[in-house]
Amino acid sequence: MLSVTPQHFLILSFLLVGIGFLGLLIRRNVLLMLMSLELMLNGINVALLTFSRVGSNLDGGIFVFFIMTVAAAEVAVGLALLVALYKKRNSVLSDDMGLLKN
Amino acid sequence: MNAVDLLFWLFAVLSVGGGLSMVFSRHPVSAAMFMIVSLVGVAALFVLLESFFLAILQVLVYAGAVMVLFLFIIMLLDVGPEAGKGKLSHFKTGIFGLLATVLLVGILLTLGNSYDSLALDQSIWPELSESKDGASHSLPFSTKVSSFGYGLMTKYMLPIQVSGFMLLAAMVGVIILSKKTPDREDLK
Repeated sequence: MLSVTPQHFLILSFLLVGIGFLGLLIRRNVLLMLMSLELMLNGINVALLTFSRVGSNLDGGIFVFFIMTVAAAEVAVGLALLVALYKKRNSVLSDDMGLLKN
Repeated sequence: MNAVDLLFWLFAVLSVGGGLSMVFSRHPVSAAMFMIVSLVGVAALFVLLESFFLAILQVLVYAGAVMVLFLFIIMLLDVGPEAGKGKLSHFKTGIFGLLATVLLVGILLTLGNSYDSLALDQSIWPELSESKDGASHSLPFSTKVSSFGYGLMTKYMLPIQVSGFMLLAAMVGVIILSKKTPDREDLK
């Protein structure tokens, strides 16, 4: 059994991004699509921290900090938009939100 | 197989399994619960990467604030499990799933081919260099919170101010979005 290398962390990070992408594609509930976006950002954070640790450089860690800030703000705005849309359309499914269709 | 390996596999399975269960669970509340499991697993991986401050931040911000916000909205809107009124056909879902799987497998194969390039032969992580040369240009990795704050206040002074302004803009935007305006109703 080989011991854990940075490669393992990178593969895990790509797995998390892939799972988030899959969720973004196959789910129709916008709440769950937002959660999948969070999962993708988490995978990217793992990769950034791995490179930061391997390269002995703190810049990656600080970028993770900024990504967390942006993700929190994004979730707040996205959920407020979702509530406003729900008041108009009475649904959280992405199929019912084709505002610019037709 | 030492303790670090065991912990890595435990938390890797926890985070990936939590993510998969989140994607495939029917009810949004259980999806949020699985998401919390996944986020805590990622926080534990941050600890394994020796970034203790970011691990604490991950638990506080994601599992503490963001997921509670998600749960509030789920319960406020009273969304149940996705009923059978599937507009998106199984065919389309299968195509998307296949696409994502192909992407994932391709990435994994690409990583597997260059397997030896990043593997280090000594311990998992390189030694921390304690030298302070050129501190403003390249920040050395450190487990201390103070070096984190030093980096934020020197090299990343402008980004942290911009992100503070962005948080203010997000706050104002959310307040305006959720304010009830009578004249916006007849816009529809």
